[in-house]
Amino acid sequence: MTNSIGEIEDAGCIFVIGSNTTACHPLIARRIFRAKEKRAKLIVADPRNIQLSRYADVAVNHRLGSDVALLNGMMHLIIKNKWHATDYIATRTEDFDKLAEGVAAYTPERVSAIAEVTIGDLERMAELYATHSPAALLYAMGITQHVTGVDNVKSCCNLAMLTGNVGIASAGVNPLRGQNNVQGACDMGGLPNVLTGYQPVSDPKVIEKFSKAWGVSLSQRPGLTITDMVQAMLDGSLKGLVVIGENPKLSDPDWNHLHHALKELDFLVVQDLFLSETAQVADVVLSAASLAEKDGTFTNSERRCMRIHQAIAPIGDCLSDWEIICRLSTAMGYEMKYESPEDIFDELASLTEASYGGMTYERLGIDGLQWPCPDLNHPGTLYLHKDTFKRGLGKFHAIEYQHPAEMPDESYPFFLTTGRMFAHFHTGTMTRISPSLDIEQRTGYVEINPKDAESLDIQEGDIVILSSRRGEMEAPARISEDVKPGNLFLPIHFGENPTNVLTSAEAFDPLAKIPEFKVSAVKVKKLVEGRPDVDVVC
Amino acid sequence: MECKFVPSVCSYCGTGCGVLFEVVNGKIKKTLPMKSHPVNQGKLCIKGWNLHEHVNSFMRLKSPLIRENGRLQKATWNEAIQITADNLKKISDTYGPDSIGVLVSAKMTNEENYLAQKFTRAVIGTNNVDHCARL
Repeated sequence: MTNSIGEIEDAGCIFVIGSNTTACHPLIARRIFRAKEKRAKLIVADPRNIQLSRYADVAVNHRLGSDVALLNGMMHLIIKNKWHATDYIATRTEDFDKLAEGVAAYTPERVSAIAEVTIGDLERMAELYATHSPAALLYAMGITQHVTGVDNVKSCCNLAMLTGNVGIASAGVNPLRGQNNVQGACDMGGLPNVLTGYQPVSDPKVIEKFSKAWGVSLSQRPGLTITDMVQAMLDGSLKGLVVIGENPKLSDPDWNHLHHALKELDFLVVQDLFLSETAQVADVVLSAASLAEKDGTFTNSERRCMRIHQAIAPIGDCLSDWEIICRLSTAMGYEMKYESPEDIFDELASLTEASYGGMTYERLGIDGLQWPCPDLNHPGTLYLHKDTFKRGLGKFHAIEYQHPAEMPDESYPFFLTTGRMFAHFHTGTMTRISPSLDIEQRTGYVEINPKDAESLDIQEGDIVILSSRRGEMEAPARISEDVKPGNLFLPIHFGENPTNVLTSAEAFDPLAKIPEFKVSAVKVKKLVEGRPDVDVVC
Repeated sequence: MECKFVPSVCSYCGTGCGVLFEVVNGKIKKTLPMKSHPVNQGKLCIKGWNLHEHVNSFMRLKSPLIRENGRLQKATWNEAIQITADNLKKISDTYGPDSIGVLVSAKMTNEENYLAQKFTRAVIGTNNVDHCARL
């Protein structure tokens, strides 16, 4: 997030696109409601009717994967009505002309046809967002999990810069992170091309600094992303895999593809709290301690690094992940020895000067500190890009709309999208064994519009078979106006109804390598028990 | 009876709500919202209120496991660590360090993520490290 969670309350307008905030980030949604109480305008764009839609000043269900067209359409109208921030554009940005030229072709008529949104709604979205500064844009995986994920994000940035909404309080471009320490995992260099604080492995100075600190010479060749690793397992070039606290068998975009890939490995080790679907096929499983059994820090969506404290001794014969890694390193001949997580933190802060350099456990206290926090007297940073962008001028990108990798056709006539529901988290390894959460939702389901249910003779709770070009799965039907006719929704939490049997490993953003979980084409039929699918001719 | 409240951060999404674990005689009984916390200001969602349940679950792994004769069997830490180290070294010696990949976790702490990528880069010797931010 460029801005902070607390700032949302004081926004003049909040634009939520591709985030089911009340279900997935309820305590951020609370700030949206607080802002509404203070008379903020709320715009919601989502292919489904989410809970927030009901409270919006304007809510649209744009067609799955049409985000770039929708955002370009808003910008077209903003420029046409001269609502854009001319002074801001002149002093803080570049390539405005390219953007203006690019969005000129996205007339309301054309956008309305692509995104299935009325011209009236589009006009109202553009006006509300552009004329109620500060305007905060909030998004989540609904923007990023597309073949055009990077284009979608750039379009959000274009819109925010066009209206002068980056670098001021209560505005900004705010991706809401799905996991508690996604931000931290990225900040700490859990990526194939960067070390801590996004220092690139291709920069000889960076490699020199870390090689010296760690006492070994490091590789400058960027590594494989998770998407590339699966391919490398299949072609036999990746032989060993270490999985720490992840369950890729459920979260990977293509279950069949990954299932085969894992079989090709010579050695798989999984470090986890539970015997997850992935751990079940491992050669070695290392029992890890939970967050309540260790000290450390997490960094949330708003870049706030916060302490966690050990509450209880490890349950059973478990070790903290950091202790496991130290023991494994030492066994492999590289002695790794730390007295405590605080020792590790001091080392990482000293190598991540620009963002974590000024942080110590003592300074973090209860509230934590928001990076960048470069020195010991720095108070942390509420919002980014205040007087200047990191690169100097903010750059506009003219983005053209492209179709998703798969559109419905005669064989696969339905759009399928995936997401979360309020009681569960990710692949469900933690929430489904939690009795108070499990009782809220015990099984997977597929949401289908009443019109489609009627035409396919599907009643509430009937088992339906969904199939895509990749595979086939079953789930009970939930008839709901939340999805448009022609659209289906599947939650991702339920291993026995795995959504990734249907989604595609081949459809991913070429730059970010993020899979297109949000759009697939499928067909639906009702499971009829006791009768074979194919009529037998006697 | 000993009762204490230990501050932590909820791990069920990226919001980062401050929680207090209610610990009675060395066991976590409940999760409470931290009233003074800047993110959640004394509120929690249904997942946050029940954060302790996964910690206490009977489904938790209680020891390391090693696959023997096709089945996962209980092992000691020394055995599990040694087998893992030997196998990774063997693969690295035979096919080179780039034949190993590491998936780190958005659920681990910063310190653990830092060590995991240090392990990948400095010990194994490859940049094949990624996590599930995309998934």
